[in-house]
Amino acid sequence: MSYLKEFTKGILKENPNLVMLLGMCPTLAVTTMAENGLGMGLATTFVLVCSNLVISLLKKVIPSQVRLPSFIVIISGFVTLVGMLLQKYIPSLYDALGLFLSLITVNCIILGRAEMFACKNRALPSVLDGLGMGIGFTLSLLTVGSFREILGSGSWFGIKLLPDFIEPMTIFILPAGGFFSLGVIIAIVGKISKRKPKDISCSGCPNRGSCKFAEDEGDTAEAAQTEK
Amino acid sequence: MEIFKNIAVILLTGILTENFVLSKFLGICPFLGVSKKASSSLGMGIAVTFVMLFATAATYPIYHGVLVPLKIEYMQTVAFILIIALLVQLVEMAMKKYMPPLYKALGVYLPLITTNCAVLGVTILNIDNGYNFGESLVNALGAGLGFLLVMLIFSGVRGRIERCNVPKAMQGTPITLIAASIVSLAFIGFGGIVDNIFGAL
Repeated sequence: MSYLKEFTKGILKENPNLVMLLGMCPTLAVTTMAENGLGMGLATTFVLVCSNLVISLLKKVIPSQVRLPSFIVIISGFVTLVGMLLQKYIPSLYDALGLFLSLITVNCIILGRAEMFACKNRALPSVLDGLGMGIGFTLSLLTVGSFREILGSGSWFGIKLLPDFIEPMTIFILPAGGFFSLGVIIAIVGKISKRKPKDISCSGCPNRGSCKFAEDEGDTAEAAQTEK
Repeated sequence: MEIFKNIAVILLTGILTENFVLSKFLGICPFLGVSKKASSSLGMGIAVTFVMLFATAATYPIYHGVLVPLKIEYMQTVAFILIIALLVQLVEMAMKKYMPPLYKALGVYLPLITTNCAVLGVTILNIDNGYNFGESLVNALGAGLGFLLVMLIFSGVRGRIERCNVPKAMQGTPITLIAASIVSLAFIGFGGIVDNIFGAL
């Protein structure tokens, strides 16, 4: 049942967004409405599954020195595909996501899974891993999006929840509210799962290998330089 | 006069009102990950500003010189990310060879920049906003300086947080994000400042 484990670990235990703290930019930027969060999550899931599949199939062909650029090209190819599909079939979502649709390319979740999982595993586990991680990411975007939309606009998926005489707190759909909501949700998830909240670190960063800055921060950076 | 006004508007908008980190949510990973110390914030900010300028200078001609004539604008994302990855490598190599002191100061931040969404973001935004070459460069500079400013401010804020007694559930990331929210709130205060200064002219 290890396949099942690959699938389920991404949803809560290793949720890429709320536990591993990756892919923060889209989480903050597109979640002013639950609908946009859901759309962004599904688009990212699609790219993640496809790129994990292709990368795990090509893992023997790609030389390890140029693997990051190769991964980025594969990922950006799928991002372009998603962009075209959305533009044709769901133009409203395409407009709402805007710039962040292209920026799925540099979402650290996708590159991170490629680097940490897909390039070491066979195709089926990689697809399941991508699917699980994608669903975890989608759920967390949906949660943050719902939180902000309900508090900030008094509605959910565009359905009005609050009566007119209650003024919604517009601050929650402003950038400041985004940071606040995400902070609160991460704290709640940490509390529920009884895990000590992690500090933001380099542990999930796909560039960790090439980056001397990653191990410990600050002055050791210069020390690493002199060693070299 | 019109040109200077235009430049100043784009620059100030990028730094204050439409700050890349706090209002466009680009480059959140380095903003939260590298802002523990003022020195590393400064290094990262300068390195990002450099790469943004170079990336804009490289992607703008490619978009208008290659992609538009060939009618393959949809290849924008693929082409831009490749150029940025290549550029970061080149800058790193050139810096190492010709400017060792600069490399020593900034080199460690360069690999982090390839996957920094702020760099790809600024190049795409320049195209989307229909800026000309000069305006694009100014916008990139404004975005970079804005990033640098926020990194510096936030490293100070985090220094204070570390010395505070934070409730257990909020320790680590949650309190950092809430602090970011308050800094972002302060930047809302700049709203309209650019229009007010230059609208009067």
